This record gives sequence, structure tokens and C-alpha cells, in this order.
Amino acid sequence: MRAAHHPIQRPRDAKLLVVGASGLLQYAPRSELAQFLRRGDLLVANDAATLPASLAGIHLRSGAPIEVRLAGRRSLAVDDLREFSAVVFGAGDHRTRTENRAAPPPLHAGDTLALGPLKARVLRRLDHPRLVALAFDGTPDAIWSGIAQHGKPVQYAHVTQALALWDVWTRVAARPVAFEPPSAGFVIDWQLLHALRERGVEFATLTHAAGLSSTGDPALDARLPFDEPYHLPQATVDAIDAARRRRGRVIALGTTVTRALEHAASRGPLRAGDGLSDQKLGANTTLRVVDAIVSGTHEPGTSHYELLRAFASDAVLARADAALLANGYRTHEFGDSVWVERSADRPAAARTRRLHAAQVSRPRARAESSRPAVPLPRMRSPQ
Amino acid sequence: MSNPLQDLRVAVTGGTSGLGLALVRALHAQGARVAFVARDAGRVQRVAAELDGTHGIVGDIASKTDTHRIALQINAALGGLDVLVNNASSLGPVPLALLADTECEELEAALAANLVGPFRLTKALLGSLAASARERRRAALVVNISSDAAVTPYAGWGAYGASKAALLHLSRIWSEELAEHGVHVVSFDPGDMETPLHSLAVPDADPASLKRPADSARELLARITAEVAA
Repeated sequence: MRAAHHPIQRPRDAKLLVVGASGLLQYAPRSELAQFLRRGDLLVANDAATLPASLAGIHLRSGAPIEVRLAGRRSLAVDDLREFSAVVFGAGDHRTRTENRAAPPPLHAGDTLALGPLKARVLRRLDHPRLVALAFDGTPDAIWSGIAQHGKPVQYAHVTQALALWDVWTRVAARPVAFEPPSAGFVIDWQLLHALRERGVEFATLTHAAGLSSTGDPALDARLPFDEPYHLPQATVDAIDAARRRRGRVIALGTTVTRALEHAASRGPLRAGDGLSDQKLGANTTLRVVDAIVSGTHEPGTSHYELLRAFASDAVLARADAALLANGYRTHEFGDSVWVERSADRPAAARTRRLHAAQVSRPRARAESSRPAVPLPRMRSPQ
Repeated sequence: MSNPLQDLRVAVTGGTSGLGLALVRALHAQGARVAFVARDAGRVQRVAAELDGTHGIVGDIASKTDTHRIALQINAALGGLDVLVNNASSLGPVPLALLADTECEELEAALAANLVGPFRLTKALLGSLAASARERRRAALVVNISSDAAVTPYAGWGAYGASKAALLHLSRIWSEELAEHGVHVVSFDPGDMETPLHSLAVPDADPASLKRPADSARELLARITAEVAA
């Protein structure tokens, strides 16, 4: 797929591919997203603001220039920010593709890193030469100030223009806990939220610390996504319960929302509060909460793509991929979007009646549209 | 009934002098969780040290590049936001000048501090404010500090008056647009107070004729209480 090179969250020509529960594909301008939601549905977004998680500086023992990319912390608590996990690169910046980036100098526990106004200590290596636990000196307010002043958004070589925070914050960005933008949320603007309200569609949020999507190192990339803390508000749990009672669907805006909701529901009834999503979603996952996901387009092999396999069979996803490619959809965080409904043949935990209701009231395919609707072969049976 | 200001998460710009400082003090005394913003690092540090538990943030709301850094630190320090008070203001040319003698750069600077800055910061914090309204099931609030100069055309107050008039109207439009998201946007005119800004404008004013900032802050606190309890 083509990479989207420009940091524009809502390009006028953005496209949407809708993969229906029956496997039907529909093409739409993404500006028509609201029309795929119907009265009673609930759209859930991740309201994490994105940290400027890339910190340039010096490894003091060797004097070598480094780039630290903050990659995780244990919780979302306001004052629990002394210790981060981080991926460390040697000299250079985002204009070099991550896979070609120089290695950092050998990192040892106790090494100090001067990162602009921030000073950090390496606590330990995390079983990879690039991956460390580090601690910042100072009070929480001083650390936040240092990150705000000195940090830059993590970015990759496909976008050449230097990103500013406003490029990577969604319209609903709140607590700064994401290490990369929860970019599925780029589709949101206040006009969309108004349109949803007019349609009788509810909107809710959770906060999930979206992590790095790529490190350029195969061994590290294979471990993505790292464990990610999240907060699920009681109001969102109530909104999900209410949607179920009225037989509305729960639409997750992005992989992070899906991970958080499915994690929160993995041990019984959905509960509000803090959690750590440590599961990998994939073909064997039984979705308990989410009926459909709206996401960027992802290429096979990535963890984001794996997650889509929880929604649709490989055959359906292969058809969708071919359709994305053939129709010039753009990939990466500023690219086009897909809407993937949980296939009718995917296992659903104790939701048979509701699933049935959702199927029979599926929105009419865009019958008035001249856009092609690609019929799909019969899908495989449930595993 | 419990104090609705207890644990309320409030951000105040221009929080180290005048009305802003009085407001930060009053909020702190009421048990609110407060982050305040000002340009001067030394003053920010002093106020934060004086009022234990408040969060001082150094930044210039008139600066585009500072906006998201400020918003980030507010959201980080308070874990979200319930009330934003856009209090920081610029007088425009000092001493006051007739509009025809006001340089366009001076007008632009007044607009940057009094109109565009509050617009940008509010926008950057709207996600938090709307989340607050959803999650706490009560209104979140933006207070834009206004002035009678926003409605009455005082000679010599051109840059200030025009920028405050624009802010007043911006508040009214936003109030219409954001009501459905549970975010109230209101204007508050604190009256003529004995503040650094006022003494820049009217150096020889009789202090006895001016309100004490603490009194205006108390009135504003009552307004905030009424809005978030509604």
C-alpha cells in the first residue's frame, strides 16, 4: 500500500473501506463515516493525548549522541512517572528509517543520560541492547515540564515534515499517556461528534497508553505491542451496558480501544477502572465487547493486522487487502481507514441473541451508490 | 452538602498576579486541585512553593508553540480537567494609546494574548473538558475573563477593548456549540481591580476606588460553583 506522507489528520479525500459482517465490501469517502453508525450504536474512542516521547540527548559515559523513545510505563497515575521503558537509538533522527538507525552505545545500569533539561538514569537493560528501564530525576511536575519542552513526537521516515504536538493529538486528546498517536481517532472532529449525536449514536472514551508501533528491530518488533496500561471510566462501562440493552453495537475506534475493552471484559463482566492490556488479540480471540473496529489500514504481519483477525477470517481480510491495494488506499497513521465488523461466523461469547439482532438490522448497503460492492466467497466455518 | 470545589480540577492562566493569583489562592483554600500558568519562571516557582500541592506551569499563552505544552502539563498534573479559566490578559500598548496611534503589531499582540491564546488553549483542552462532563455527569466549564471594555467603547482602550469584545463573542458562540457536549463557556467581568494590569493602564488611579482582586475572585468562585453544580 502507499504510505501517507503528509501529517493531515482528516484529508478531504480520505477513504473508508467497510468490511461487513457478511463479508460484503463497501467503498465510501471517510467523511461519510457517520452514516455507517445507526441509532443506538456506541462509538468508543481513545482520548489519550500523545507524548512528545522522542528525547534527543547524550549518553554521558561515552559522550555519544542518542535518541530515547519512551515506550511504556507501569500505570497511568499522574505521579507515577519516574520509571519508563524506552527504546534507545544511536546518532541520527527520524529521517533515517528505523531499521537503518545506528545502535546506541552499550547501555549499562547506572549510566546517565542528559536529555535536554532532563536527566535520566538507566536502571537496567530489558533483555535487548536497545531496550532499557530508565528513571528521570526530579519532581513529577519538573519531569512533565522537561518532556513538554524538550520532547518531540515519535515519527517515522515516511513523514519527512517534523511533527508538532498538534499534528498528533486527536480532537479529543486529554491525558498525555500515549507514546504514539491513537491514530484511528484522527477521524474525529467536533462536527462528526455533532453528527453522531443527531443520529442518536452515543460517544464514549477510554484512555489507553498506545505504545510504539515499530522499532526497526525484528526481535523487538516481534514483541509489540508492549503491555499498555489503560483507564476505563464507569461512564463508558455504563454506556456499553446501555448500548447492549437497546441492542446497539459497540464500535471501537482503533486497536487500542479494542485491546482495552477486550482486556477489561476478559475476566467476567466489564469493569471500570485501571488495567494493563497484556494480551495479544488475533485469530483465536473471542471478542466479548466490540462489534466492529474502525482502524487505519494495516499491512499483514503487523500486530495491528493480527488484531483484525479477531474480527474477520483470513479469506475476508485477504479480499479486503486486495481491495485496499487495487483502490489506492493509503496506509500508516495519516492514511485511509477500514471498518471491520465482527464476522457472522466469528465466535461470540454469550451474545448469540444480540449478534443475531445486529445481523438482521444491518444497515442497507449503499444501494444508491454506484461504488462497487464486492461480494465475497463463503467464509470458513468457525474454529 | 459537600463542597463542590473539593478536588475540582481547575487550570488558571495568568496565575501569579492580580485576579489569577487571588483565584489560585481561593481555589487552593477550598481544596480544589489547581494548575496555573504564567510566563515568569521565578514567580511561578514562588507561587507553587507558597501554595503546596498546586502545579505551576511556565508558558506564554500568546505563543502557538507553548499551547500544547501547557495543555500537556495541565492534563498530566491534574489527570484531566474540569474547569479552565482563561484569565491571562494583555493590555495592548503601554501607556494606553489611541487606536489610530496603536501599531498593528501591538494590536496583534493583544489579540494573541486575549483572543487567539484562549481560543487555542481551550481547543487543546476540549478533549479533557468533554471527558470530564461525560465521566462526572456534570458540566465542565470554561471561564473567559472579560471586561466592561468589551462592551463599552472607551477611548484609549482600543487594542484591549477590541480583543476582549472578540473574546466575549467567541465565548457566546462556543457556549452554543459546546452545550451538547456538556461544556459550558461563560464570560466573567471582574470589575476594575487593583491589579498590575490596571496600574499599567491607569497609573494614578485611587486604590480606594478599585476592587480588591480577592473580592472578585470570591465572586468568580461562586459563579464556578453554581456552574459545575448545575
